[in-house]
Amino acid sequence: MISLQNLTKDYGSVRAVDHINFEINEGEILGFLGPNGAGKTTTLRMITCFLSPTSGNIEVENMNIKDKQIEIKRLIGYLPEHNPLYIDMTVFDYLKFIADIREISNFSSRIKEVIKQCGLNGVVHKPINTLSKGYKQRVGFAQAILHDPKILILDEPTSGLDPNQIVEIRELIKELGKEKTLIISSHILQEVQAVCDRIVIINEGKIVADGSTEELQSAFQNKTKLILELIAPENKILEISDNIKEVSILSISPLDETTFKVEIEFDSTNDKRAEIFNFIKSKEWVLLEMRRENISLEAVFRNLTIEGGER
Amino acid sequence: MNLAITITKKEIKSYFNAPAAYIVLVIFLLLSGWFFASPLFINNQANLRTLFGIIPLLYLFFIPAITMGLLSREKNTGTMELLATLPIKDSQIIMGKFWASVSLIGVGLLLTLVHYITIMLLGTNVDFGAIFCGYIGLLFLGAVYSSIGIFASSITSNQVVSLIISFFIIFFFFIIKFFLFFVPDFMVGIFQFISIDYHFSNIARGVIDTRNIIYFVSLVVLFLKLAQTSLENRNWK
Repeated sequence: MISLQNLTKDYGSVRAVDHINFEINEGEILGFLGPNGAGKTTTLRMITCFLSPTSGNIEVENMNIKDKQIEIKRLIGYLPEHNPLYIDMTVFDYLKFIADIREISNFSSRIKEVIKQCGLNGVVHKPINTLSKGYKQRVGFAQAILHDPKILILDEPTSGLDPNQIVEIRELIKELGKEKTLIISSHILQEVQAVCDRIVIINEGKIVADGSTEELQSAFQNKTKLILELIAPENKILEISDNIKEVSILSISPLDETTFKVEIEFDSTNDKRAEIFNFIKSKEWVLLEMRRENISLEAVFRNLTIEGGER
Repeated sequence: MNLAITITKKEIKSYFNAPAAYIVLVIFLLLSGWFFASPLFINNQANLRTLFGIIPLLYLFFIPAITMGLLSREKNTGTMELLATLPIKDSQIIMGKFWASVSLIGVGLLLTLVHYITIMLLGTNVDFGAIFCGYIGLLFLGAVYSSIGIFASSITSNQVVSLIISFFIIFFFFIIKFFLFFVPDFMVGIFQFISIDYHFSNIARGVIDTRNIIYFVSLVVLFLKLAQTSLENRNWK
């Protein structure tokens, strides 16, 4: 439905987006993830025809961005970052203005649906600058879905909202996602994890990962991290890695005089827990706790973006 | 073209939703009325020549003020991104803003018709033709200045910068007639042709010449095209 081909964008000498390629299929909910300044907004701005690519190409429903901008804009509903609004208009006037530009014919019935869907009852005739941030965000949503677009692009839709509003907005996104192709950009992982089928992670203008939530987790879960709490003489703890093959101790930190917290890592394919337990038993140390730390998507994200940045 | 009118309606609403438009109109009327009325009985002529003399000067201050926000405010608040991702052409955005500014100027000119009523009641032999032409000329002048203001507004996201730029471009076209004495003979013709007052005073005398009309229209087209180009070149930002 949307395909990005070798998309590149330079701002002067700074390369914001660097030869990225991916496709978005119809009906998919895509999470576009990356730290701040990774190139998310720039990419979305190119898809929405606000910026033009330095090189590369975008096709939306087989229409090229170079010569079919108006047609592409008709297909897309876009909620820009920071949600710009004409704050001196009332909600109704604002939506009417958008509807006029989008040439929506059944405005009176459509606006009722959208107001209901976005929970804007009661503020329809208030000026936008008197609304709270959560309501402003809903007005932004209403603007984006007013023409019932096939594709909905939301740039950081929950940034700056309080936790209750975030939950409400997520519900709204989930509901909208049932019938539309959705692209949501975010630097918050849980958000993307909560609503998206597929995740694309971008860092420094390059795509560093692309796949479903589970795929990404399993792909980066090749190491298992084990956390032990044990009572043992400190200078002997290192013997664990000396005596068991393919096990490495990441850190040892004292909890009190006799108790230590030990972090151990080994290959996920080769479970070493029994060996470690037996070794500790043979030394007659006391094992207080042994737990596996699941590598969450958070860790995947950190690995990809922070280490990638340092490399 | 339909979409341009939607933009115009929105801008006119936002002019009259805020006190700014009223303040501009009131001060415009006060100043023009004062400059018109004070020498009226000394001149003892039943025409609007003093009015047509002073309004171009007032334009110099008022038009940059009413056009400065038209595009730079959209850039500043980020609504430009909203507008630019709606299915509307940049040229339609520009035209919509242009007509909004011209309409506000039109309202101001319409209100000065009260002076016309004054001289109609006081004088005899009022030359309707000359007055009608004078208003046409003022409208064209307002259109040219508006297009300059919109161009200035399109190149910056700072309204004050926009105001200063449009003021100086308009000032250049306004002041050039005073330099005619200093330029070499062979260049006088060119300078005279560039001077906006030369074309305006022709029309204000009651002579509507196609050369003057072409001059005004081509300046409007030039500056609106420049504004459109600068809007399309948002990429480097």
